[in-house]
Amino acid sequence: MNAADLALVSGLSVSEQIIFFALAIAMALSAVRMVTTKNLVHAALYLTVVLAGAAGIYILLAAEFVAVTQVLVYIGAIVVLVLFGLFLTRAPLGGDQELDNNQRWLAAIIALFLFGVLGVTLQRGFRGVHVNATVIGSGVPSSNTAAIGISIFHDYVIPFEVASILLLAALVGAVVIARRD
Amino acid sequence: MQLNEFLFLAAFLFCTGVYGVLARKNSVLVLMSVELILNAVNINLIAFGAFDHTIAGQVFALFVIAVAAAEVGVGLAIVLLIYRNRHSIDLDKVDVMKG
Repeated sequence: MNAADLALVSGLSVSEQIIFFALAIAMALSAVRMVTTKNLVHAALYLTVVLAGAAGIYILLAAEFVAVTQVLVYIGAIVVLVLFGLFLTRAPLGGDQELDNNQRWLAAIIALFLFGVLGVTLQRGFRGVHVNATVIGSGVPSSNTAAIGISIFHDYVIPFEVASILLLAALVGAVVIARRD
Repeated sequence: MQLNEFLFLAAFLFCTGVYGVLARKNSVLVLMSVELILNAVNINLIAFGAFDHTIAGQVFALFVIAVAAAEVGVGLAIVLLIYRNRHSIDLDKVDVMKG
């Protein structure tokens, strides 16, 4: 690798870092606001920011197909479904009602403890380990999307069919549960 | 990039989701916090997949997304049923099994 290539790689790495930290800070702040805000619709919108940030993280890791699926399924379907749930349950949309129970401090202690345990474990196990966004597919033109398609229909056919049965069962189950009779 | 950056972000989102599940009493907000937890898992799966140079991480993330969609569909149906029967989705009031 000559000097110009090296400079290009390190420049890419710096811009990757900047994008990563911008996304990570936005996601972390939105996640904290989502679980603390007193306005239900704001919570759904903060969830949207977190999900969009996750899609950006997937693109940083060269998982473009998962990123597109994330935008379609999570932001397109699940957030809309959650908003429907909020409106159908006639949630008070003002910002003055109490949404937290009285275990808030206990929950915060548990979450902080969990983060401490996870942080120590991750720091011990994976400190200094590097990860690169690489394209795994071998076709021409190679892409991770092609590799995902080959992998699903070669190695994971049965889990794929089980997932389709699961989605069918969830569809029927949701209709049966929510039906007015 | 460091693998740990992704793992710490995912761990933070996971713990925030755990806090949301424990501290919220509106059922829809609890379901949203579960989505946060599932997203943290997805970030972990994709980061480890890139670390391991296999595609399996991304395939499993897709399966997790499918399961999350099924989960939120059935979960919201249950929430609607609770609302119809009790006119409230306050989880502290859904305690029939408490003696």
